[in-house]
Amino acid sequence: MSDQHIVSPLPGIFYRRPAPDQPPYKEAGDRIAEGDTLGLVEVMKSFHELNSDRSGTISKFLVENEGAIIAGQPIVEVED
Amino acid sequence: MPIKRLLVANRGEIAVRIIRASRELGINTIQAYSEADANSLPVKLADEAVFVGQAPAPRSYLNIEAITGAALKTQADAIHPGYGFLAENAQFAEAVEKAGLTFVGPHSTTIEIMGDKAKARQAAHSVGLATVPGSPGRVENMAEAEDALKEIGFPVLIKAAAGGGGRGIRTAHSIEEFRKLAPQARQEAKNAFGDAGIYLEALVRNARHVEVQIVGDGTNAVHYFERECSLQRRRQKIWEEAPASNLPAERREDICQAAAEFAASIGYKGAGTLEFLYDPYREQFYFLEMNTRIQVEHPVTEFVTGVDLVREAIRVADGAPISRKQRDIFLNGHSIECRINAEDPANGFMPSPGTINSLTVPGGPGVRFDTMLFPGCSIPPFYDSLVGKLVVWDECRASAIRRMHRALSELSIEGIKTTTPLHMALCWDPDVIGGNIHTAFLDGWLAAWRTRSEEKGGNC
Repeated sequence: MSDQHIVSPLPGIFYRRPAPDQPPYKEAGDRIAEGDTLGLVEVMKSFHELNSDRSGTISKFLVENEGAIIAGQPIVEVED
Repeated sequence: MPIKRLLVANRGEIAVRIIRASRELGINTIQAYSEADANSLPVKLADEAVFVGQAPAPRSYLNIEAITGAALKTQADAIHPGYGFLAENAQFAEAVEKAGLTFVGPHSTTIEIMGDKAKARQAAHSVGLATVPGSPGRVENMAEAEDALKEIGFPVLIKAAAGGGGRGIRTAHSIEEFRKLAPQARQEAKNAFGDAGIYLEALVRNARHVEVQIVGDGTNAVHYFERECSLQRRRQKIWEEAPASNLPAERREDICQAAAEFAASIGYKGAGTLEFLYDPYREQFYFLEMNTRIQVEHPVTEFVTGVDLVREAIRVADGAPISRKQRDIFLNGHSIECRINAEDPANGFMPSPGTINSLTVPGGPGVRFDTMLFPGCSIPPFYDSLVGKLVVWDECRASAIRRMHRALSELSIEGIKTTTPLHMALCWDPDVIGGNIHTAFLDGWLAAWRTRSEEKGGNC
């Protein structure tokens, strides 16, 4: 079992929810499959989904909701 | 009380523009900046700078307490909101007024009325401005909506009462589609603006976007003629001109005059813009909304009338009367602005933040480049993608387009992708040159452009 990181290819602001009044896409402890949406990245007022590039279980989110991120920053820690 | 110390509560090129106008008026500027903008051009140009919070706009440029607090801390006596961010936020304007500071813009109650698009339409009706056939105000339920639709017909636009910037708009082509979309539109309006109110408006085909610049001092108001902003991508303007071409002269005069009368009738103070749709088939202008702030595209009006709109707006905020009478305002020549955005037109307009490695700015007669760029500066991912406005003036529209193409060919911004290649292509387009444009033109044009460039094997 090893920890892996899912990184955001884009810089911007990370959102865990599709809209402010909706629940987060995923929580720590959730099983995820490749292609699952983990959050949104807002870059220059346009929104892009952050999708998982692997399957596994989310051990934790490394960035808070609405946190500023840089390109290549690890966002989610996943275990096999 | 004359303005001596002005807090610039915005960023980017408009902050630079405000600092320049203030300096010429002998006003000291204090630039508000977020963590991401500490090394930005406005911070370097202003007399002083004050930190207002973290990079995400809600924690800095949109934070009313942080901005008013920064103004009081630095002993500013006025606040300029620029455009976007808090510029049309009535609560913010009210907070500024309550703090005893001068707000460079209209009174908070004017912002509040004009900010509610349904109320704004009613105000326009009361001075005889036509609006696109639509619901008289908000539609509260399906029965009310279906009543209104009998008059309006299809296709119909469903719009958010608190909306702006083209957000929250849906098109329904039939009653079935309307029944499906209306609840979604309400939900989206609630999410985006905290207000589920919607209203309805007929969709005008081949509509052109024409807007009238006005300036008022609270008592009198004048117009500075119109601009045409029909070239839009997903309802965002990217190319603007003054004056609008191919409009019946009499209709154009009427609408400019009516806009000035409207501004005077509401006691408008500051620079503002009345936006209209022009229906080329009915030869009719329809009032859309009023923007209670300086516009991004104000330089084209400055070029064709010789006014400094940013300076004029600060002067009237400071209590001065408008500097020109209507009979002293003339149109001269033609001006075009291209918005240079940090986006990659060859890759679906993907945002392109980054660091500027090198920069070559166009020059020569009739060319102006408003920007916050400098070699080595960074373009953060947190804000709007606008990095510069290339503006040209020439004696007529055809030569202005040629001059724009020449200026674009001199512009070089290395380190990020920009919309410059798109504008170069538009300068060669027969429909753009012929003025055969409307608000849906560019989205169709872009689809064809993509296909052509794929056939040529890549580069746009």
